[in-house]
Amino acid sequence: MSDDRPAVKIKAENLDFYYGPARALKGVTLACFEKKVTAIIGPSGCGKSTFIRTINRMNDVIPGTRVGGRVLLDGRDIFDPGVDVVELRRRVGMVFQKPNPFPKSIYDNIAYGLRINGMKDKRAIEATVERSLRGAALWDEVKDRLDASAFALSGGQQQRLCIARALAVEPEVILFDEPCSAIDPIATAKIEDLIERLKADYTVVIVTHNMQQAARVSDYTAFMMLGELVEFDRTGTLFTAPARKLTEDYITGRFG
Amino acid sequence: MKTAARKGLVQALGFLGLRAAMGLVLAVLALFLYDIGRKGGGAISWEFLSQAPRRGMTEGGIFPAIVGTFLVTLITAVLAVPLGMSAAIYLHEYAAPSRLTRLLRLSIRNLSGVPSIVYGLFGVILFVNLMRLGTSILAAGLTLGLMTLPWTITASEEALKTIPLSYREGAMALGATKWQTIRTNVLPYAVPGMLTGTVLGLARAAGETAPILFTGAAFYLPFLPKSLSDQFMALPYHLYIMATQHHAIQQVRPLAYGTALVLIALVLGLNMGAVVLRYRLRRKQR
Amino acid sequence: MKKKRRDLEEAAIRAFFSACGVLAVLALAGIFLTLLVTAVPAFREIKPAEFLLSKTWDPTSPEKAEYGILSMVMSTLMVTGGAMLLAVPIGIAVAAYLSDVAHWRVREILKPVVEILAGIPSVVIGFLGLVLVGPALAKVFHTGNGLNAVNGSVLLAIMALPTIISISEDSLNAVPRAISEASLALGGSRWQTLLRVKLPAGLSGVIAATMLGMGRAIGETMTVLMATGNARAFPHGLLDSVRTMTSGIAIELGEVPYYTTHYYALFAIGLVLFVITFAVNLVADVVLRRYQEREQ
Repeated sequence: MSDDRPAVKIKAENLDFYYGPARALKGVTLACFEKKVTAIIGPSGCGKSTFIRTINRMNDVIPGTRVGGRVLLDGRDIFDPGVDVVELRRRVGMVFQKPNPFPKSIYDNIAYGLRINGMKDKRAIEATVERSLRGAALWDEVKDRLDASAFALSGGQQQRLCIARALAVEPEVILFDEPCSAIDPIATAKIEDLIERLKADYTVVIVTHNMQQAARVSDYTAFMMLGELVEFDRTGTLFTAPARKLTEDYITGRFG
Repeated sequence: MKTAARKGLVQALGFLGLRAAMGLVLAVLALFLYDIGRKGGGAISWEFLSQAPRRGMTEGGIFPAIVGTFLVTLITAVLAVPLGMSAAIYLHEYAAPSRLTRLLRLSIRNLSGVPSIVYGLFGVILFVNLMRLGTSILAAGLTLGLMTLPWTITASEEALKTIPLSYREGAMALGATKWQTIRTNVLPYAVPGMLTGTVLGLARAAGETAPILFTGAAFYLPFLPKSLSDQFMALPYHLYIMATQHHAIQQVRPLAYGTALVLIALVLGLNMGAVVLRYRLRRKQR
Repeated sequence: MKKKRRDLEEAAIRAFFSACGVLAVLALAGIFLTLLVTAVPAFREIKPAEFLLSKTWDPTSPEKAEYGILSMVMSTLMVTGGAMLLAVPIGIAVAAYLSDVAHWRVREILKPVVEILAGIPSVVIGFLGLVLVGPALAKVFHTGNGLNAVNGSVLLAIMALPTIISISEDSLNAVPRAISEASLALGGSRWQTLLRVKLPAGLSGVIAATMLGMGRAIGETMTVLMATGNARAFPHGLLDSVRTMTSGIAIELGEVPYYTTHYYALFAIGLVLFVITFAVNLVADVVLRRYQEREQ
């Protein structure tokens, strides 16, 4: 690991996470760089989803959980009692494993986040909806039917709608939790393109069980196993010259 | 081959038995509805619906009983609906799932199976005596409200349960507060189900007799209740009186049938209303 | 500060809902406590053993008031037992018909039709018992007016049917398809599959349904009050007129002077009813939940 790295956006330090007595994260220390794509890979149950759900404190919602260590966002600990969780979640957007559009129209799905964050001006909302849909490469497909139900869209379109919804509230970071696991290969390719373009403006963290995907879209890759960070490096380095035997076994498919 | 034929025969006979059971149940229902409809239909007239009983309840109508049932059900709703829905929101959205909340939920579910007359006893102690409401429309309404409460809580919580976690997570991930999430992304979808369950509970309350026997229902009142502390006539109680307590039972039988028909129409109407309500609210959402 | 105000608002809303939850629970817990407190004074004069085991209930006797509820308990058990004997086989048969025989279109029509039965108020069922079912039974059994335990059983069976049908049907439908297909693949007929595979597999649901129906029958008041004749004597057969615990309360509470032993004794009956029905429902609930959890 060398060199001229960009600014650190998120830094986890000795991060522990417990579901009741079960320890899902064990002292994870990891940095995600600003306006780069960081992929987190590892076998099922390795704690990669838990890790990103900790970054926007979505795990707060699950009862009986506990956190140890720190996560710094722009240098400030997000678990600090003075931190506004609601504001944190606005700054750190999230796209979930299964597309989860709300049972509203396409338009209202995007406008929802704006309204709850207090935007009232109709024109401004309209403009933001269009900008967000363009940002998620969905505008051309839906511009004539913004009033249609979001459920009328295909799975891939729904996922891009969820990305647009996240973009609308102008986050700084976008977390992707296995965003392509429930959609077909063509739709997956579109979303991968999109992620590629998003890093111009956003810091992106993506959890994926698909190593090719990590290799295609990310700048940095972290490999986790059993709640621990095994290795972190530039994506090219990690996939071609892993430092640890465990990583090599995983990326060469010796276990799954 | 022989066993196959026998198998077929046994099955045919078995299924015939099952069909007969279904037929029996339908026949009983049809007989009940037909008997009440035919004999009650003859008693129904505008006069019957709009006038008070006359001549020692051998003539006239059931207007005070209709009004009384309407009012007492209204009080029931005022107590049971907001409190029941709010308690359900607490249990499902706010209370952390612990042994205690599981125990609460279990008790609440089981309380909806406690006999209605036991609620009546409770109403006598708490509302009529301790709170000094006397036998009144308020005491009766509160008793019915309490009886309906476990029902509305359980039905409302069932409705909240059908809203996927992803709606909640999706909203929170966009920076919605807990209450914003519930208000804008949970309740709008849960309310049709909550209302349906609640109206079904109210329909049951409107048809109940045992809880109001000793908390406020009156044998006969020539006037409508003027305040919440007055006694009142109610359709189910009126039917009970006309059927078993009247001095000229045979003579007033047609009036009893008429009352039964109105009561059934009211309760089944509310049931159907609940179903239609759910259907329309669901459609509006799409 | 925006955050402070919003946190305050959220806390207030949370407090409101918590208060509603607590209030509802308190009110409902209060029912049991109030009953208990009002029932206890009855036992200053009545021996608990006499209360539970004596057949004579005569609180207004000028010589010696007697408070034995055994006749009422027996009446309740008789009427309920008779109702279950009728309702359980018919209910299960209808559930089996709906889940295994009926075309799905027929099923979708019949299910709400059966629900109508559940919507008929108990006082109307009682009325029908008085004017329709009772007289018919009187003709069949050659008894006087037909206001007896059998009449009550028939009516309570009709009232318990919708519960038994709908829960049993759910439990039959919840039997995994793979299990019944395995039986069919072995050459079992649909009837054999239903009888030997699906019913046993759905048994816990059927048991829970029976318990729930029973709980409802035990606690039903108006129907038995109007249709069973209300004789105070200890019943010796199903054709005897009976007075159940619920009818006993309903008949006497209106005339009893407040705060007398008789008054307290009626609440003691209420308490017994509460405990019995709560226990029956609890067992049904536990059986049902355990079985649903297994399905998931």
